[in-house]
Amino acid sequence: MTRRTVARTLVYLSLIGAAAVVLLPLGVVFLISLKSSKEMANDGGALSLPDDLLNLGNYMTAFQDGRMLSAFANTAVILLVAIAGTVLIGSMTAYAIDRFTFRFRKLVVALFLVAALVPGVTTQVATFQIVNSFGMFDSLWAPIVLYMGTDIVSIYIFLQFVRSIPVSLDESARLDGANAFTIYRKIIFPLLRPAIATVVIVKGITVYNDFYIPFLYMPSEDLGVISTSLFRFKGPFSAHWEVISAGAVLVIVPTLVVFLFLQRYIYNGFMRGATK
Amino acid sequence: MTPTTEKVARPTKTAPPAAETSGPPRKVRVWQRLTPWLFLAAPLALLITFTYAPVANMVAYSLTDWDGVSPELHYTGVGNYADIFTRAELFQVFLVSGYYLAASVVQIGLALYFATVLSFNVRFRNFFKGVLFFPYLINGVAIGLVFLYFFQDGGTLDSVLGLFGYEPDHAWLGTPASANISLAGVSVWRYTGLNFVLFLGAIQSVPGELYEAAELDGANRWHQFRHLIAPSIKPVLSLTVILSVSGSLSVFEIPYIMTGGATGTETFVIQTVKLAFQFNKTGLASAAAVVLLLIILAVTWVQRRLVPDDKVEPV
Repeated sequence: MTRRTVARTLVYLSLIGAAAVVLLPLGVVFLISLKSSKEMANDGGALSLPDDLLNLGNYMTAFQDGRMLSAFANTAVILLVAIAGTVLIGSMTAYAIDRFTFRFRKLVVALFLVAALVPGVTTQVATFQIVNSFGMFDSLWAPIVLYMGTDIVSIYIFLQFVRSIPVSLDESARLDGANAFTIYRKIIFPLLRPAIATVVIVKGITVYNDFYIPFLYMPSEDLGVISTSLFRFKGPFSAHWEVISAGAVLVIVPTLVVFLFLQRYIYNGFMRGATK
Repeated sequence: MTPTTEKVARPTKTAPPAAETSGPPRKVRVWQRLTPWLFLAAPLALLITFTYAPVANMVAYSLTDWDGVSPELHYTGVGNYADIFTRAELFQVFLVSGYYLAASVVQIGLALYFATVLSFNVRFRNFFKGVLFFPYLINGVAIGLVFLYFFQDGGTLDSVLGLFGYEPDHAWLGTPASANISLAGVSVWRYTGLNFVLFLGAIQSVPGELYEAAELDGANRWHQFRHLIAPSIKPVLSLTVILSVSGSLSVFEIPYIMTGGATGTETFVIQTVKLAFQFNKTGLASAAAVVLLLIILAVTWVQRRLVPDDKVEPV
């Protein structure tokens, strides 16, 4: 019995330790974001509490001088268009692959399968030239098109769902005179709702967090998304940790809120996304 | 669209309309054969333009000395590849991947441990699950900045160590070894949550009655892990291993944001990005990218051979 108690205690200690390791770096940054520059200069130590727990001055600075407002707007536009595009493209591909037999079907499937193995980071050297030749460099279109066009995982998720929709539904609709487009629009697409939810969540978080693509393709400051705008904090605010921290907290809070509300969907979504 | 002619196509009874021998008139048949391609046109165009064309171009660039801008370029054969494997400063980035590879071993171990522990009845289970997973969802730049402060002189880490009476006298990001270990540690902090949730999902897919039956048969926790949990996570584990290997080779965000690749923390992708976009050596950068791509494809292939498991294979 005592051995069991010891084991249990050790398990809880390890869990509490892990929680501390995760939360401490974030908590400290949150505290710093509430300190004034004077407090930072006096150096009360990283772990000290701020004098005024409601000091939001750094957040104002981050919003105004750090251009976080336009960053959120740009991110929102990219998110909206890229996600809508991904859902449309993924569901159309899945419908075509699963519900039709046609010549070169195997080849098409193989093209999508093999593409999943090509990591996007490796090919940007050459992708850049193509994006540039379309005149999309340094515009919101570059990330939108890249997010839309290179997402194989969503296609898998849709494919699994389309398979689970009974073919008899298509057939009876066809008997009622519906054509392939009507079937896709009126039957398949609405029934894909759980898959769409998964893709929207997974894709949304990925796009919101992505740094590499906006960094490569949108160098101008007006086109900063939250990642690149926050990255630019490193320069002008380099000595002002209180402002940098406020910027980081501003970026993290939306993620936290989404996570708290959609926990279950997020776990499932990422599980499905990773194991395809 | 011609809905009127489509209506004639009614007698299609077979589910995925297999090759029709007789029945609908020619015009309708052509239209039907075209339908899947209408759905596939946009996706295929995007796939080819932004995945296959770049790969093909990249291989072509890698055999030249192109600078990415000028219309002039010369064929150099495998010269760029020879450079990558013979010039020490170019090859050195592979060694940095070693730190991240070692880190991913730690990461998988931690994830397995916490997944096993939290698959049993534990108080505040959802809280711990959420806390462990949350770092994976955080923006990479925010993580980079948070940990830049964490490792700063007098930052979070120093202050915590100070509480225990330990005063480190060196900068954490000051020497190559220390900097790489710190950065790899950040990567463990960031990615353990994903592995953990994947393992947990696999473990929980084992029906609860099996554990009860095992317990009745007198199996202890270790037996349960060995015979029930281990087999259930095998497919996910092998998937995690490839993700870790290819992830360790293509590290970019954390070191780029935190150190910019200084003090010996430059990774393969940082080097490639610098070659291509700062030094205009598109040819050499392409060769580097081709090498990375080949390594990742090889790793994936080996993994598929070693663990022939269709559970992770969708189509």
